[in-house]
Amino acid sequence: MAIGVKVLKRPTAQTNYLRATLKGLALTFSHMFRPKVTMQYPEQRATDDWAIASRWRGTHRMLTDEQGRAKCVACGLCPQICPANCIKLVPGEDENGNRYPLIYEIDEFRCVFCGYCQEVCPEEAIHVGVHYENAEYSRDRFVYDLERLCAQTHPVSTLWDPADPRGE
Amino acid sequence: MFFLLASIVKIVVVFTVLMVSVAMLTLAERRICAFMQDRLGPNRVGPFGLLQPAADGLKNIFKEETYPAQADFWLFVLAPAVSFIPALLTFAVIPFASPLPTPWGQVPMVVADLPIGFLYILAIGSLGVYGIVLAGWSSNNKYALLGGLRASAQMISYEIAMGMSAVAVLLLAGNVTLSDVIARQSTSLATWNVFPLFLAFFVFLVAAFAETNRLPFDLPEAEGELIAGYHTEYSSMKFSMFYIAEYSNMVTASALMVTLFFGGWDIPFTSWDNVGPFTIWKTLATLAAFAVKTGFFLFFFIWVRWTLPRFRYDQLMALGWKVMLPTAILYVTLTATAVWLLHTVLGWPYGTNFALALTGLNVVLAGVLFWVLDDGRIIAGTGEPRRAA
Repeated sequence: MAIGVKVLKRPTAQTNYLRATLKGLALTFSHMFRPKVTMQYPEQRATDDWAIASRWRGTHRMLTDEQGRAKCVACGLCPQICPANCIKLVPGEDENGNRYPLIYEIDEFRCVFCGYCQEVCPEEAIHVGVHYENAEYSRDRFVYDLERLCAQTHPVSTLWDPADPRGE
Repeated sequence: MFFLLASIVKIVVVFTVLMVSVAMLTLAERRICAFMQDRLGPNRVGPFGLLQPAADGLKNIFKEETYPAQADFWLFVLAPAVSFIPALLTFAVIPFASPLPTPWGQVPMVVADLPIGFLYILAIGSLGVYGIVLAGWSSNNKYALLGGLRASAQMISYEIAMGMSAVAVLLLAGNVTLSDVIARQSTSLATWNVFPLFLAFFVFLVAAFAETNRLPFDLPEAEGELIAGYHTEYSSMKFSMFYIAEYSNMVTASALMVTLFFGGWDIPFTSWDNVGPFTIWKTLATLAAFAVKTGFFLFFFIWVRWTLPRFRYDQLMALGWKVMLPTAILYVTLTATAVWLLHTVLGWPYGTNFALALTGLNVVLAGVLFWVLDDGRIIAGTGEPRRAA
């Protein structure tokens, strides 16, 4: 080689490319008739060996109590811990002295889906959800207000449990 | 007058069929590739994704055309046409069915039954590289230029081997008219040139891959090193033209291999199809035979593409000049000697026995060639003699 490419001395068994070509052709041909792994997405959202993980952290969901009110007590821990500063909370108080959120908004564009809000919540009210289909027609639709957070129905994330690191 | 009318009808029909099959080929390529990779491929647009080529075409028409600031404008515009037109022209001399009888006379099922058939193909076929070189040069882009240069070097290297291997076919046919080449092969299955001239077929097959710039010889557009090679700077329909040219070259190369080595439109095991009186059914049956054979080679092109990795450039040149060319020249010499022995000295007429004798010679020669080739000393070592360890 003129330009000094290093040429390896390989044993004949590795350089008999004629046989290797035929072998390769046979292999690709046999692959044409094997089962396909493609998941046909909009119709088919999970397969036997692929489903979204229960630890997935997606768009939020606010759990509600028996009366359909948000479980949130407006303690202010989630806006405090949120690293992306995406939770807006204005607390209110009713005549019995119970705190509740007057305004509770999460900007899903700003959110980094760390799941700290769920971890820190003492009432197990706010959760990150196991959900990934979030398309909207306008940007302001991505600020989820309290009503919308309560109306979400997707399952909530189990998060990572340090006592059970592998999720067993 | 009738000749003119028939020719126009044939041109329109062949052009349409060619363009539709090119469109279908782009889909077939993607779907077969997907299947070989355990995927499904594009299957959303229309039934089985059959309208995908139409969608692609529409997209390409509506895309913006970009012109590089430093490009040679006229050559830049000319290049796609120069590569597109020869790709379509070549098909004109390939006979695709037995003659069709009409009330006004018998119409040969070939656009132009040129007496110089094969020479025409060699001439027009090598024009296609001008489009690629012009595209590479006029883009004023180093990657495009390198791609164009590679294409021209590759084309020159393999054109010789291709021509040489075809000489053996012309020796047997005694003529360069493609309909005569087919007529020679229609005696029996053994006279299909692939058997008496197997090595010529092998060389021709490899050269055809190189000529159509298909993998493993697609160095002009090797995306790992040259972005997209000669068509790096092209967009929209101009880019599409290069694509269409590549696929029509593929169709022509497949049709040519069928014509030269697989009896053209001849239906194997029967001889009712090559003798008169010709009917429309015979025309349709032979057309189907031709389509099936061509289709197989098109599948083979795609199959090989998704199997083999790309050659390194020096390996490509080594294969062309050190293996294919000497093989082709030696083979023509041996075949000519054998034909002279059988025909002139022994006085055999051309037929099944003649072909079988040549087949025997080919089996021996193929054994020797493949034994040498199989021990990758020529490609892997790139010419350095193997030292004893």
